[in-house]
Amino acid sequence: MESIIYLVPIAFGVAIVALIAFYWTIKSRQYEDPKGDAERILMENDDRPL
Amino acid sequence: MDIDRGCPTGLELAQPQSNAADPRVFVRQNKAGHFSLELLVRGAKCAGCLSKIENGVKAISGIENARLNLSTGRFTADWADTKFDPRQIVQTIVDLGYGAIPFQSQIGNSLQDKEAQNLLLAMTVAGVAMMFVMMFSQPIWMAAIYGEMGEGTRTLFHWLSALVALPAGLYAGMPFFSSAYNSLKKGHTNMDVPISLALILTAALSVYSTAKHGEHAFFDAIVMLEFFLLIGRYLDHRLRQKSRIAAQELMALQAVTAQRIGANGEATSVAVSNIAPNDLLIILPGDRIPVDGIVETGNSQADFSMINGETAPVLIGVGQKLLAGVLNLSGSITLRASAKSDDSFLAEIARLIEAGEQSKSQYVRLADKAAAAYVPLVHGTALLTFLGWLVVGGGFEQAIWNACAVLIITCPCALGLAVPAVQVVASGRLFKAGILVKSGDALERLAAVTHIVFDKTGVLTSGQPKWTNRAEIANEVIEIAVGLARASRHPLARALARAIGPGPAITGANEVPGYGIEATIGGNLVRMGRAEWVGASQTTSNESELWFKNGGATAIRFSFEDSLRADTIATITAIKAMGIKVEVLSGDKLEVVEKTAKEAGIAEFRGAQSPFEKAARLDELANNGAKVMMVGDGLNDAPALARAFVSMAPGAAADASQSAADLVFQGEKLDAVREAIVVGRLSKQRVLENFWFSAIYNLVTVPLAVLGMVTPPIAAIAMSSSSIIVSLNALRLHRYK
Repeated sequence: MESIIYLVPIAFGVAIVALIAFYWTIKSRQYEDPKGDAERILMENDDRPL
Repeated sequence: MDIDRGCPTGLELAQPQSNAADPRVFVRQNKAGHFSLELLVRGAKCAGCLSKIENGVKAISGIENARLNLSTGRFTADWADTKFDPRQIVQTIVDLGYGAIPFQSQIGNSLQDKEAQNLLLAMTVAGVAMMFVMMFSQPIWMAAIYGEMGEGTRTLFHWLSALVALPAGLYAGMPFFSSAYNSLKKGHTNMDVPISLALILTAALSVYSTAKHGEHAFFDAIVMLEFFLLIGRYLDHRLRQKSRIAAQELMALQAVTAQRIGANGEATSVAVSNIAPNDLLIILPGDRIPVDGIVETGNSQADFSMINGETAPVLIGVGQKLLAGVLNLSGSITLRASAKSDDSFLAEIARLIEAGEQSKSQYVRLADKAAAAYVPLVHGTALLTFLGWLVVGGGFEQAIWNACAVLIITCPCALGLAVPAVQVVASGRLFKAGILVKSGDALERLAAVTHIVFDKTGVLTSGQPKWTNRAEIANEVIEIAVGLARASRHPLARALARAIGPGPAITGANEVPGYGIEATIGGNLVRMGRAEWVGASQTTSNESELWFKNGGATAIRFSFEDSLRADTIATITAIKAMGIKVEVLSGDKLEVVEKTAKEAGIAEFRGAQSPFEKAARLDELANNGAKVMMVGDGLNDAPALARAFVSMAPGAAADASQSAADLVFQGEKLDAVREAIVVGRLSKQRVLENFWFSAIYNLVTVPLAVLGMVTPPIAAIAMSSSSIIVSLNALRLHRYK
């Protein structure tokens, strides 16, 4: 049962990291042009997200 | 490397487009002193198009940024130089072979779809929190069966759940709390009131129970309820957003500018809304008349089909009064404005459309009807449960626990998903068939249709004249005639050119507005146009024919006809077989309407109808209890389209008609009308099935809750399974024909 002391904070940490990552994807407008983004990977010039 | 898949690009050449719109009017300036222009780009489909357009525009000196959104077709370019001419941008895109229309967007550039972002984030927070709390709940549930967990550990796990569920629940619940608060402030209740109440009560009681080392806590139910409801909300929002964008695009097509001749004789671009009576305007071939006015100089032919539905071009000359919406075809004219745009024919039509739309907004959506019945029922049951337990002596705590369980278990998850899930699947299926649904409730209204009223031109018929007497004409004559036709803007000449296909046009041809086109070929004067101008022996000029004369040879007649769409007869038969009554309402002459209606197999028809008479006829049908669907394309149909119970317009329709209609279909097939009704009926069936399922589910679970038998695992299983079943049922819509 002692392992809970490590596992629970680790689980919290992982979830928070995942949530922050998802928040970043929304803020950087990654869900606004799914069709365009799918095509943009075929372009060779360095295309950075807005 | 440029990936070019040879996309079909742009628009048909010489297609009269109402884009006299001057981009300079649409330029926006942001705070940093930068300018930006938003355009609606048409025809872009792949990475090749994307890089061609973006790199093409970026190559213009002065442009700082250019970005095309392939999903919405919107293009934005920024620059800082005040002297930069934005017309270069439009020209560059048009030269690449794509359509570009300046866009007047209501939302500022930086203001993205905030609400969608917030809903998506709230949904994710709820989803992550749900999984997290489940991780703590699962051991507790297992321990309840095997009895291996001590009270201390259980309480610890409950507190850990609370640590996740309370902040997450507060954040993800904001859409519901704020909506419930706003509704209560106005003295109404909506679906969000019982939801908020259930969430808050559950949270409070769970904390109370945990503090007392109780056995049950419903922390998982809080975030799960929010998660499922937010899925429904997000889907619903996306669908509305899509229809709003579609409506905005149609509005953009209407936002036209005009060329005004100033006191110094110079032409400047002005927004149509700034035109005053007595302004002198230049109307080029292919432009629409922006405001009512009188022709001051020049001769031309005009297409009045927007006004009265007749496709045959009409000769116009000095002194002729023209209504806004008329399309100028062959010659450039100057027009003396006689009304402001607000007082013009177009504006009157727009007001009628608005009035019709208001009457439509009174329609009560199925989901709202269900919610109206649901709210008092749930609250009543919860209250009775509370009182009942007090009476039988269960104690205050027991009573409020069970009342709370009723609120959770009657969880409107299934109800919240029942309608949006079906509407998203249905509009997806229609979208694949080339049909754009502009509002979710249009689908519900489609299902109830009992009558369909068709316009004739452009709906039952293809709306474009077809050349009919090819067999009578020698090949060498055709060859010269087509070369001449390709150089002309006249609709009949264009029909001829279309029939033969692309090829070289005769150079040096001279188009005489209102009469025809002439050129000198091999020393002979060759003319094509009106009979009397060409010099045909027969001088009764019919608007559905072109005459061709090569030097001294006899004149040859090319005749044209606006024929039925290929699948009109089959579609009408199928619609009649569905038990729907069919009628034709047209602005065209009665005998023409009669001929077409009979051909299409429709017994009921009216001709020579003004836009106002059409709307009146729809009201008459509606007063007799019919649910009328209107299918029309002309501006003269727009008031009727807005007035109708539900309406549909082809993609080639007038812009105002497209924005007035609930659905827009692309392509040549009238069968879209039948498909739309079939999907409408199917989706209503699915929605009702989902409601029935929710009702049965509640019949089973509510007694359990009332009797106090619902434990957290039961609540979790019941909620998630009902939501999944409802979503799966919606997906069935894809399969049925």
